Amino acid sequence: MCLRSKQLQVRNCTSKELELCIAVRGKLKVRDRRVPMNALDLARWQFAITTVYHFIFVPITIGSGFLVAGLQTAWYRTNKEKYLRATKFFGKLFLINFAIGVVTGIVQEFQFGMNWSSYSRFVGDIFGAPLAMEGLLAFFLESTFLGLWIFGWDRLSKRAHLATIWIAAIGTLLSAYFILAANAFMQHPVGYEYNPETGRAELKSIVALLTQNTAVSAFFHTIPSAFLTAGALFAGVAGWMILKGRDVEVARPVMKTGMIVVVISFLLVGVTGDWSARIMTEQQPMKMAAAEALYDTKASAPFSLFTVGTLDGSKAVYQIAIPSVLSFMSTGDFNGTVEGINDLQKAYEEKYGAGDYTPNIPIAYWSFRLMIGFGGLAALFALMTLWYMRKGGIPQNKFYLRSMIALPFLPILANSFGWIFTESARQPWVVFGLFKTADGVSPGVSAGSVLFTMITFTLLYGVLAVIEFGLMVRTIKVGTDMSPVQTGESKTLTMAY
Amino acid sequence: MSFNSVWFILIAILWIGYFILEGFDFGVGILLKVVAKNQAERRAVLTTLGPLWDGNEVWLLVAGGATFAAFPEWYATLFSGFYLPLFLILISLIVRGVAFEYRSKYGKAEWRSRWDNAIVIASFIPALLWGVAFANIVRGVPLEKSATGAIEYAGGFFNLLNPYALLGGLTTLSLFVTHGAFFLALKTEGDIRVRSNAIGIKMGLVTAVLAVSFLGWTLASLTSKASVVTGSLVVVISWLAALAANYKGREGWAFLFSAITTALVVITLFLALYPNVMPNITAGGPGLDIFNASSTQYTLKVMTVVAVVMTPLVLIYQGWTYWVFRKRINPNQIAKPESGVLDSINS
Repeated sequence: MCLRSKQLQVRNCTSKELELCIAVRGKLKVRDRRVPMNALDLARWQFAITTVYHFIFVPITIGSGFLVAGLQTAWYRTNKEKYLRATKFFGKLFLINFAIGVVTGIVQEFQFGMNWSSYSRFVGDIFGAPLAMEGLLAFFLESTFLGLWIFGWDRLSKRAHLATIWIAAIGTLLSAYFILAANAFMQHPVGYEYNPETGRAELKSIVALLTQNTAVSAFFHTIPSAFLTAGALFAGVAGWMILKGRDVEVARPVMKTGMIVVVISFLLVGVTGDWSARIMTEQQPMKMAAAEALYDTKASAPFSLFTVGTLDGSKAVYQIAIPSVLSFMSTGDFNGTVEGINDLQKAYEEKYGAGDYTPNIPIAYWSFRLMIGFGGLAALFALMTLWYMRKGGIPQNKFYLRSMIALPFLPILANSFGWIFTESARQPWVVFGLFKTADGVSPGVSAGSVLFTMITFTLLYGVLAVIEFGLMVRTIKVGTDMSPVQTGESKTLTMAY
Repeated sequence: MSFNSVWFILIAILWIGYFILEGFDFGVGILLKVVAKNQAERRAVLTTLGPLWDGNEVWLLVAGGATFAAFPEWYATLFSGFYLPLFLILISLIVRGVAFEYRSKYGKAEWRSRWDNAIVIASFIPALLWGVAFANIVRGVPLEKSATGAIEYAGGFFNLLNPYALLGGLTTLSLFVTHGAFFLALKTEGDIRVRSNAIGIKMGLVTAVLAVSFLGWTLASLTSKASVVTGSLVVVISWLAALAANYKGREGWAFLFSAITTALVVITLFLALYPNVMPNITAGGPGLDIFNASSTQYTLKVMTVVAVVMTPLVLIYQGWTYWVFRKRINPNQIAKPESGVLDSINS
């Protein structure tokens, strides 16, 4: 296929394809003459870097919030000191992580206006609403009640204090819902009308926007992933504690609970992932085709586990494929027909006019597999550990416990690849079928400005990552606080900055 | 009243909330090394902000999000236009937030003094730049209509650094420092309280001079609307009340009046602006107002319902937080001020 190959080899082309090749080549030359990186590419990189980075911390926050609330509830109910130690210890890890999540989230709120002003003008009538609601309904709740939780140990009754962490955790869920609803509009615009007079998309139904199945399925796919991430983090930390013989009284139940959370979450992620895939096939068939690098429409399409060789639609050198699975994932029927990239490209050209409607296939293909792979690996590890622990046992093998340290990183990678897939395989659209990414960038912001801010953000985020990781490791090494719980009036504050 | 005007008012309220709350945060951050001389004092000062700073900052996020929802053209032109100042503010807010959370984790002097410097600088920059930004909005900026019909900012970074805007920046900076000093005088015991009170007296007078010049300049060259004249007068009266209260050691009143003054300054600026949201500096040039910058009536209506239901709730539970943490903090309440929780590894 001459069109797909990067080198644009002309050898195997039919005459019609040859014409296209020449046309595309001409276009590429025009592009080549430009500066290597323009403001658009840089703004895309900046969005990718800041968002992927932000989303390392978000799922940990959402999942850990609930797990810490669970630990504190266990302490509240049983009054056992080990649960209090666990609450405080994992609470510290939760907060170190939360700090970075909060501050990097500020950038997200303003980045649309800074780098994507044309996008903001086009969708502001619709997209701004869930963002503002997220702030009013969720951010206030999270920040205020977390403040109460952190500093309220000796200022609130035990019951009220327990309530603060639950409310903060619920705040994170609300936040996730609104931002996913906003994102769902970009995947599948609903509840709007295009106004040709103003050249803007206008909101017609807030209910349609907030309740469409794209948003609901994304929410129920993302939240279990967050629990999976937090479960893996807690279990991984508990594994290290057992390896070092630290506070096994805490580590044991946390490891078991963490692993159970991982396994159950993985099942839910699988079910909702399947649901999302079907919605995606219906709403963005190109994305599903890109996920499999499926060029030609096929019935009973196979799903390949991996491919050696190019993904440009020419022959794969080596591939392991499971028959009919792609058809099942996309349509729910093993014999279902899955549309291929070439047919979709033609159909889109007819519908939207000339242009390249194919996303970056290798990124789509591999990120989709890495998402499933890393998530699955975490679940497998958790299942094995639970098997170990089934009769009240505990993993003793040093190598096994050491490898458990890697466990928290698996779902983090899976989360990142999942979003890289979702967002990159929607390209060239920023709002699918409605508005292209290339049209969204701020016209007045120079490439130099975007480059400068991108480098600064990246450096700062890099430094913060090192500091954050250092603090997490150190907090784990310091371990749970074994000093006896103070009772009665104390002159000193329990919590001070 | 049209929904457009309602949203103009609501955006003003969000900025009022933000500047009152994060205003004293900034002031406290800037004064950290001046009012607090040892570790116990530094930590006492930071603990006054501990449970509050994040909730205060959310006012900014909501102001941003609400501007996006209600006035997308304003949001787009403002933030792509004031690109570098906003970027500096964002960087500062990132560093500041992390600094609060991480600074006392270790006892090491180097670790702490680095974060302390970060807090001072990262509080100073936004306190100054917000004033610069708002003064520019009121003054008007170069704007032009692009080929697509959007009204885009047509100036550069240095257009924003004009004398009027810089005076606006110094005014907010000085106002927030004083507001922060009043907050510390109200929330601490001992030396910090005494020092904060003294700083409040000095900085209060500096602020008075700056604010009068800034408002005078605004009235002399930008607008002579009766509402702005009245607003400016009330600002001055309220500020004098704050200074008098501080002078008499009535800390609660001083803080209340500096909060009211902050609100009045924002109100006066929004009155000067109305019905524009981003006027063109060249008279007759294209500019943004509450009508051509706004969302559709439907979106404004939906958002009005959400705001009217949620804002009072937010005020109630945020108010409750301030009530829970109403007690003054004394440096001697900080257990082991020199050490951090991560200093020693148990075993």
